[in-house]
Amino acid sequence: MLLARLKSLAATAASIPITLLGLAVVTFFIGRVVPIDPVLAVVGDRAPADVVARARIELGLDQPLYAQFWRYLTDILSGNLGRSVMTSNTVWEDIARYFPATFELATLAILIAALLGIGLGVLAATRQGSWVDQAVRVFCLAGHSLPVFVLALVSLLVFYAWLGWLPGPGRQGIVFQDMVEPVTGILTLDALLAGDWPAFWDAVLHLIQPAGILAFFSLAYIARMTRAFMLAELRSEYVTTARAKGLSSMRIVWRHAFRNTAVPLVTVIFLTYAGLLEGAVLTETIFGWPGLGQYLTVSLLNADMNAVLGATLVVGLIYVVLNLMADLLYRLMDPRTR
Amino acid sequence: MPSRRTLFAASGAAFLSWDAVIRAAHAQTPPGVLVMAKQIDDVISLDPAESFEFTGTEICGNVYQKLTTTATDDPARLAGDLAESWTAGDDAKTFTFTLKPGQKFASGKEVTAEDVVYSLQRVVALNKSPAFIINQFGFTKDNMAQTIRATGPRTVVLTTAEPTATSFLLYCLSAAVGSIVEKAVVSARAANDDWGNAWMKANSAGSGPYRIVSWRASEAVTLDANPNAARAPATRRIILRHVADPSAQLLGLQRGDYDVARNLASDQIRGAQGDSRYTLVTQRKAGLLYIAMNQKHPILSKPGVRQAIKWAIDYEGIQRNIVPSNYAVHQAFLPEGLPGALTEKPFKADVAAAKKLLAEAGHPDGFEIGFDFFSGPPVNDIAQAVQANLAAIGIRARMLPGEMRSVITKTRARQHDLALLRWGSDYFDPHSNAEAFSMNPDNGDDARNKTLAWRSAWAIPELTARTVAAVKETDGEKRVAMYEALQRDHQQQSPFAIMLQDLEVAVARNTVKGLQIGVLNDRTNYAGVTKA
Repeated sequence: MLLARLKSLAATAASIPITLLGLAVVTFFIGRVVPIDPVLAVVGDRAPADVVARARIELGLDQPLYAQFWRYLTDILSGNLGRSVMTSNTVWEDIARYFPATFELATLAILIAALLGIGLGVLAATRQGSWVDQAVRVFCLAGHSLPVFVLALVSLLVFYAWLGWLPGPGRQGIVFQDMVEPVTGILTLDALLAGDWPAFWDAVLHLIQPAGILAFFSLAYIARMTRAFMLAELRSEYVTTARAKGLSSMRIVWRHAFRNTAVPLVTVIFLTYAGLLEGAVLTETIFGWPGLGQYLTVSLLNADMNAVLGATLVVGLIYVVLNLMADLLYRLMDPRTR
Repeated sequence: MPSRRTLFAASGAAFLSWDAVIRAAHAQTPPGVLVMAKQIDDVISLDPAESFEFTGTEICGNVYQKLTTTATDDPARLAGDLAESWTAGDDAKTFTFTLKPGQKFASGKEVTAEDVVYSLQRVVALNKSPAFIINQFGFTKDNMAQTIRATGPRTVVLTTAEPTATSFLLYCLSAAVGSIVEKAVVSARAANDDWGNAWMKANSAGSGPYRIVSWRASEAVTLDANPNAARAPATRRIILRHVADPSAQLLGLQRGDYDVARNLASDQIRGAQGDSRYTLVTQRKAGLLYIAMNQKHPILSKPGVRQAIKWAIDYEGIQRNIVPSNYAVHQAFLPEGLPGALTEKPFKADVAAAKKLLAEAGHPDGFEIGFDFFSGPPVNDIAQAVQANLAAIGIRARMLPGEMRSVITKTRARQHDLALLRWGSDYFDPHSNAEAFSMNPDNGDDARNKTLAWRSAWAIPELTARTVAAVKETDGEKRVAMYEALQRDHQQQSPFAIMLQDLEVAVARNTVKGLQIGVLNDRTNYAGVTKA
């Protein structure tokens, strides 16, 4: 029994490097077929010919494609993602700077989305066909169909410009700029570590709008999935049995039906979280949030291929790790998989 | 278990305190602090020897002084910045600068000739993107000890490889790359032969009106007044906040969170124009929008066809209807505001004349041609208008939108037919654009010098010689006249239809006065800004 479990775990773990290798191959070759000269990004449009030629050799672009790929692969394996042309930092340094901003945003967003999404989904399922169900459906439909930039701009207009309840773009108010020593890069956490409550509140206030908007889009999906899973469970025979035994409907819904939907829901939530962690370009742009999505986009538009490849690999790694975690949780929660 | 009433009361109290928190977070910008909303994600480095982007050079311009600069009211007039006077040797190769006394770095130390020599040698040795502006005078890592030297505590001597026009050298030294840094501070931070470059990326050691407090990429740059500046700036702190979205910039300006919005779109600027709460600062910039016609294309290589295209474009209509606040009509290769710029506009939309020219060139029914352009606004709208203009004389433009760098990559490989492109001057001297537009010493495919003229495969031995002669002319007035004549001929013959010149419009709250936007970014000046 134990052996079987170890075996299946090993198989899952072995799939990680294969997935990452696949990712490296695809991103590398996409990077090479983009009709932008990478040298242009390094030395600019005005550089003299000898500088251009030198940069081409330094980047290894004079080598055949397979040699370039081999060089890239060996670099990655030794933990070297190269240097970003745009920021002239190593890609690791950049990721260490941009990722915490995205992590903070995505984590708050997924917490809100999971709590509200599950609540709304269960509510809609238990009151199937009622006005509550319809209202949840319309709410979720908006989450699926409204373009994120429209909602973000409207939110800024209403909560920032008209009502003045929430601050505008950025992670921090001007007064708090450079007041908190960066430790983790997660601003709320750093402010707490420094014991600076006003800075903490300021960071939280700045988080509300972008996190709220990202949460809205994620919760639409989570609520719909929860509703579907719950409906399937509520129609099961064990629920009818439970009702016949006279259990309270709260107990039936939460202790019996919901516990069974929790297993597939974990996958849904983890994948949504992974999606949020790769950075939400439009939300980040509108709210001036220096996150991974913005970093990836700006790098891509500037043909900064080291940064693009590095950030893509990291995003891929996050996906794989979260998938693995979902898998492990699955095994813990579902006795049949043991 | 708490009753419903208790819960209700508690939530009410929570809301009230929440409201107080929110109000506290919404102060107007503090007095003595100017907050600008700007797209600043272009900053790669704030080291003047490396910085070559819009925002980076603008900041360097406010943090450092150069040997020379240009007068604010008359950008073409050279003035001393750190240099009190200068003389050129008879051979036009030796230039001696005497420094003003009492100019101080932010540290309080006086600026010496040794600092000047260190700064310029540092540029040459580091050899980063903007270094060619200084290196083009023949300075190299090997000869810099002899060619850039101090002969006294306030005297610097530069020796160029070739006889050089004084104005050419002085304009180039006035670029951000010519900034003077404090040797003691920078050399103390040097590591691994980097001349302090790693530290200087986000710190400063200058004698300008401001010093860098912090830079956080894609977030903010904070500058504080230099307490030892020759002329103390009026505002003690400047904050540039990265706000990518123009609508968000406008909202923040309306809310009072920003004092100045730097990247508003045309319609937003128009809205602010009639509003007494705002003042507009408008400046022509040294950036051009033009159409390049590849001379490898057999039809485009006919002079009549090139003229027909220039007469087909509705310059005024495009400017008025698409980009009234962001561009002005301009048709010469030197943008207005730079010395020697030609403001004559010989071309306007004349369909009949253009058709006649096309017919005389042997294409009465027009032809089909590829048209590359950057797919972002407002260039895509301008490209569509040009397409319609060309269609009116029978030229069918096949639209090929692309990302900026892919369009540039294509033109650098000489694979375009027509391309709508942007060009910004690198430094203040007319040679910056003259070299790009009217020099092509080798038209071969593997030429070393891939100027804009080369990219359009335009073989011009005569114009190339005249451009070289102009840069070497030591008589200032004669030199300007040579550039004017060059531009006139270029307007008629070249495969470039120069259409529009960039305008920059900053929208400020009406309490903000004295912001100066420069023709080049390193001339944008914060020192005189006041806020009531």
